[in-house]
Amino acid sequence: MKARVHITLKNGVLDPQGKAIQHALGALGFSGVEDVRQGKYIELDLLESDPTAIRENVEEMCKKLLSNMVIENYTIDIE
Amino acid sequence: MKTAVVTFPASNCDRDMFDALEKITGTKPYAIWHQDTEMPDVDLIALPGGFSFGDYLRCGAMAARSPAMELVMAHANRGGNVIGICNGFQVLTEMGLLPGVLMRNRSLKFVCKNVNLKVENNTSTFTNAYQRNQNIEIPVAHHDGNYFAAPNVLKKLESNKQVAFRYVDDNNEPTEGANPNGSQNNIAGITNKAGNILGMMPHPERFIEEVQGGTDGRGFFESIINSLK
Repeated sequence: MKARVHITLKNGVLDPQGKAIQHALGALGFSGVEDVRQGKYIELDLLESDPTAIRENVEEMCKKLLSNMVIENYTIDIE
Repeated sequence: MKTAVVTFPASNCDRDMFDALEKITGTKPYAIWHQDTEMPDVDLIALPGGFSFGDYLRCGAMAARSPAMELVMAHANRGGNVIGICNGFQVLTEMGLLPGVLMRNRSLKFVCKNVNLKVENNTSTFTNAYQRNQNIEIPVAHHDGNYFAAPNVLKKLESNKQVAFRYVDDNNEPTEGANPNGSQNNIAGITNKAGNILGMMPHPERFIEEVQGGTDGRGFFESIINSLK
């Protein structure tokens, strides 16, 4: 099965890269972009087929390596 | 004083650190590879600058999970001294040995220049050879040195006097203009609460001899020697 992990910056954490993207979009004529927050997307192919076991396992991965809990949140989608 | 320098794939300041430690302590440091599972008994472990593991995922994230880091963790938990310079600072935050995180520079640009630092606290293991509030010149060279911590963590760092060095201008003031990377409170280096671990973005090991352009980094290493006497 596949697990898709989105890693995003927590609210309140400044995102200079997001700001730069926002400015670049404005410069290209895309108006009305009020804010941009950028993050990471990680796709995992897993041997395990039990969604509950996968979620537990991927949660551990997120906490131990994939995200830095000081500044980042993560969401996990399994299919 | 016995020291060890840990090298990761894509460390690039490990030789400078080696050289500085050997010249100032008079003893050759032990060279530790990130996959090593044994560490000699030392007074200080240094995590050098560089771009360990290509800065993949997050700066220092992979290095922090290297086998040798279990030895560093055990040494630190016994009260042993650990320093992390630049990438080493990022590794220490990723290991959870120091609070906060080093984010992408506010300018989004790699910053490579000499900066002025104020010695905020000269009572620590790593700063006692300096005068309090002394203004020193040390080089920085990084892309991700923008120190961030949650407001309550930042407050504790300040009230516990854990801020070792701050970016300042020529008048010793922590101004916006003197801040090379957007760090909160112009923080350049911090210690843990117990005071045996220090992380800093600037490179004292690059400023120990006149030929390098300055010697203000010597005091950093001399402080550690003093504290072991």
